[in-house]
Amino acid sequence: MSQSHRLKKGGEINRRRRLSFLFEGRPYEGYQGDTLASALIANGVRLVGRSFKYHRPRGLYTAGAEEPNGLLDVTLGDRHEPNARATLVDLAEGMIARGVNADPDLESDRNARLDSFARFIPAGFYYKTFMRPKWADYEPKIRQLAGLGRLDPSSVAPPQDLRHARCDLLIVGAGPAGLAAARAAAGSGLSVWLVDLERRLGGQLLWRQTEIDGQAGATWAEAVGGELESAGVRIMIRTIAAAYYDQNRILLLEHHDRAEDGDGWPGERLWVLQAKRVILATGAHERPLVFPDNDRPGIMSASAAAVYAKRYAALAGRKLLVATNNDDGYESAVVLKRVGADVMLCDLRTTPSQTLLSAMDEAGIAVAVGHQPLKIHGKLALNGVSLGRTSTSVAAKGGAGGSLGREADLLCLSGGWSPAVHLLSQSGGKLRYDPEITAFRPSSSVQEAESVGAANGSFALQDCLSEGHRAAQAALSALGAKTTAEPPRGSEEAPYGSSAIQPFWRSRVQGARQWVDFQNDVTAKDVALAAREGYVSVEHLKRYTTLGMATDQGKTSNINGLAILGEETKRSPGEVGTTTFRPPYTPLSLAAIAGLKRDRLVSLSRQLPALAAHLESGAALRDYGIWSRPACYPREGESEAAAIQREALQARQQVGLLDGSSLGKIAVVGPDAATFVNRLYYNRLDNLKPGRLRYCLMLNETGIVLDDGVVARQSEERYLLSPSSSHSDHVLHTLEEWHQGEWPDLKVHILDETQAWATLSVSGLRSRDVMEMLSTDIDWSDAALPHMAFASGQVEGVPARIARVSFTGERGYEISVPARYGAALWRHLISLGRPFGITPYGIESLSVMRAEKGYILIGRDTDGTTMPQDLGMLGPLKNKDIDYVGRRSLWLPEAKRHGRRQLVGLQVLDEAGPLENGAHTIEEKGGRMVSTGYVTSSYMSPILRRPIALALLAQGRALQSAGAQIEVFHLGSRRPAKVVSPCFFDPKGGRLHD
Amino acid sequence: MQRFTCPSCGLRDEQEFHYISEPKPRPASKVGDAEWGQYLYFENNEKGAHKELYRHLCGTLVLVERDTRSHRVLSSRGATETGI
Repeated sequence: MSQSHRLKKGGEINRRRRLSFLFEGRPYEGYQGDTLASALIANGVRLVGRSFKYHRPRGLYTAGAEEPNGLLDVTLGDRHEPNARATLVDLAEGMIARGVNADPDLESDRNARLDSFARFIPAGFYYKTFMRPKWADYEPKIRQLAGLGRLDPSSVAPPQDLRHARCDLLIVGAGPAGLAAARAAAGSGLSVWLVDLERRLGGQLLWRQTEIDGQAGATWAEAVGGELESAGVRIMIRTIAAAYYDQNRILLLEHHDRAEDGDGWPGERLWVLQAKRVILATGAHERPLVFPDNDRPGIMSASAAAVYAKRYAALAGRKLLVATNNDDGYESAVVLKRVGADVMLCDLRTTPSQTLLSAMDEAGIAVAVGHQPLKIHGKLALNGVSLGRTSTSVAAKGGAGGSLGREADLLCLSGGWSPAVHLLSQSGGKLRYDPEITAFRPSSSVQEAESVGAANGSFALQDCLSEGHRAAQAALSALGAKTTAEPPRGSEEAPYGSSAIQPFWRSRVQGARQWVDFQNDVTAKDVALAAREGYVSVEHLKRYTTLGMATDQGKTSNINGLAILGEETKRSPGEVGTTTFRPPYTPLSLAAIAGLKRDRLVSLSRQLPALAAHLESGAALRDYGIWSRPACYPREGESEAAAIQREALQARQQVGLLDGSSLGKIAVVGPDAATFVNRLYYNRLDNLKPGRLRYCLMLNETGIVLDDGVVARQSEERYLLSPSSSHSDHVLHTLEEWHQGEWPDLKVHILDETQAWATLSVSGLRSRDVMEMLSTDIDWSDAALPHMAFASGQVEGVPARIARVSFTGERGYEISVPARYGAALWRHLISLGRPFGITPYGIESLSVMRAEKGYILIGRDTDGTTMPQDLGMLGPLKNKDIDYVGRRSLWLPEAKRHGRRQLVGLQVLDEAGPLENGAHTIEEKGGRMVSTGYVTSSYMSPILRRPIALALLAQGRALQSAGAQIEVFHLGSRRPAKVVSPCFFDPKGGRLHD
Repeated sequence: MQRFTCPSCGLRDEQEFHYISEPKPRPASKVGDAEWGQYLYFENNEKGAHKELYRHLCGTLVLVERDTRSHRVLSSRGATETGI
């Protein structure tokens, strides 16, 4: 039967627009304006989920963001969401929903038997039991039993939007307090934002019997909404204030209401909002009562049952029992009675006020005073409740018959209200326990935020209105504006306006399981167990039992849980305290957080200026740090590995062309340039002659090698540094830090010219032949331009810088031209070099060639412990006597320690090819294998036709002089190797000059 | 999210700033190992008013003083304006 539990009239739904959907494979209908939860309730669906740990059957418990049970697997079109909170999902045509953590389906979940073993698996059971040999062996199986929904890998969330905005006043929550605040702030000339997670303004005015300024509460709310809109207040419905960060930075998650037309999944948009002042009118959450089997489907928060009935015309049950420990439960009972339900009420207190009792009499609601639910009948759906006197303590079995009983299909619980203090707590505000309301309420703010209304623990309507109004007045006056509005006057239908409450943190029924945290399956017994085992801090309780750690963050369970801990340890809830609330208030999807940062936008890579020309040359591009660069240039049918070997050989024996544009180009300019660079580098630079280059190391203050590179002195007052491609930004920052932080008196400017110049490197036996083909004013003779010399001039009519430098061990020329000429110069050099057998070569081929020469890559052949002496660069350590960055650290005991790892070469002694990168060099010590270092760079050398490797090895240089043989260990196998010089090819360096 | 004032760019988001260290005077190179080690590896991590050096995106070094309990920024200015 369709919509069997839908009331004939009423509600905010549009009855002309029917929406069909599937739940657990069965077809249902709802109306536009329904949430998925209200549509299920209108169809009499009870069982919506299986619990996380014990696979207990569960039904919807709330109507809002605090829902602990109604997590559904929802598919709409090509979108899938594995753990959607049914209370927050707008129903849409064609929606397909299923319960989670059930196999094969909710009713016949095969893991439901776990519940029978529950007394053997209390809190901490898994960790205590599955320790040997180790937890990881058991974990996968246990994880399968417990859990939430599963991701559908084929579902691709469309890109979400991320926006930044600022406003003067943000009001979170559009209940009576929030509306009163917004009304007072409207028209003040300030930018005011009002957000609410519901689709309609009014909060609890939408279901309670209230009157404000002569109108029904809901009508007033609608009218105020209209006024606000025309006064320019920005109203955002279906928007959750998810996080409150430092300095009034709020994260808002807005749901677009595209589902309204039934044509798509509601989109999401994340707002990063900077507010000057914030008013928190976030309302409160109704707590459950704790007694045996209080988690059965058919047991629901009393206010939620009233919300479903009034706002969605969906009656969660026909024969109701309302159990309450406070006056507010009576109002829910009356609301439900008035829509036609058969209602009985049991008050756990022995002396409710006489006015209330006579009001119930008038409404035709029978009241069992001083009674509590003792026993729940019905497993997958409630069919009856046995009541017993609150004062007597009874055993679960045997005496559970009770003195009163009732057939019922819905049990509504009202355990009092907990102010939604989450955002205030996130903002750093403090809370205090108030026994009057048996809950924590705000006591102080750290940021410019004020809590009002129910969020402040003030539940009476007039208090909500007045506090909202006053808070807005205060915010306005702090921002230099004034309100013109009169404070609203509200009244509640007597006598339900009272929030008098008496705590009953758990029933005194012995031996049965009473549920505290529904979503994480934590019982009162688990809390007691934690207390017995010494977890008496609320933070320990939380971590030991997982109380409040589910995706609902314990919105309905925290207060009950910590109060029970208090009872166990003879402390008041205030002494126990709360855990810290952390963002987000409700789960945020990763897609919403990522925004547009996905696929290639996740991390943008820098492109070489000559990219187009590289692609013409057949480049295989790869990302190296932030740069996208050619790895090699495979010919047709050639593998990348083969291309690398070919290029590395050809670039030596003939000539090769490499794009080195990503190499840093940082100019240090000014009268004190020499002094500054001399203090920054390990090597001396003040005595470098203009027009010459020097290879230098830069250290950090702890003496560790930070970077290496060639420094050119272009003129007396201009140095050009070329840090490694991936360290260039870091070096730039380091220079600025030292200049601004330590030596601001030095007159230098630091300029990053990296991306202004394209740098092409021609290297190899025939490189000078290619240079001489260029039309230029540069003299290429070795007399004018020897190795490690620098020149400026023109090449093919454009300005050019020439550095005679080499990272391959061959004669080499680096030509830098303005970046826009990079591609043209590449094509030109390829064509000029053709007669000499020129080949383009990539980073991988370069890497082989530099390793053949023992030239290091910082961060690959060095690590966070490598000092210059470990690389064999001892000169400046001995001879440079001015203070430079890192110098003092080179004289610390650690720097002088015997047995430091030093750079060496390893010669493979077997026929098994190159060593593995990262393989450890080992030695036996007392029968155990210990690492003495590791392989940093290992290749097959095409020119030597054998494997080569560089390594960092303890006492490497001594082992090298001794020609020692060592063992290299990798994945269980050991290989012999000989310690040799790191320079494998042309050790005298003749090829650089000849 | 905290916001600091860069002397060149104005009030900017925390994520545009890179933490460097507490400001600390660099000892002369003649100091003993212990004192040098103190300079290299130890920070005060004050609870309460606390000074920190940050580098803004634009390259400017900023000396921020803030309360580490409330994350309230007490002052932020260019490192070279004041010396550190």
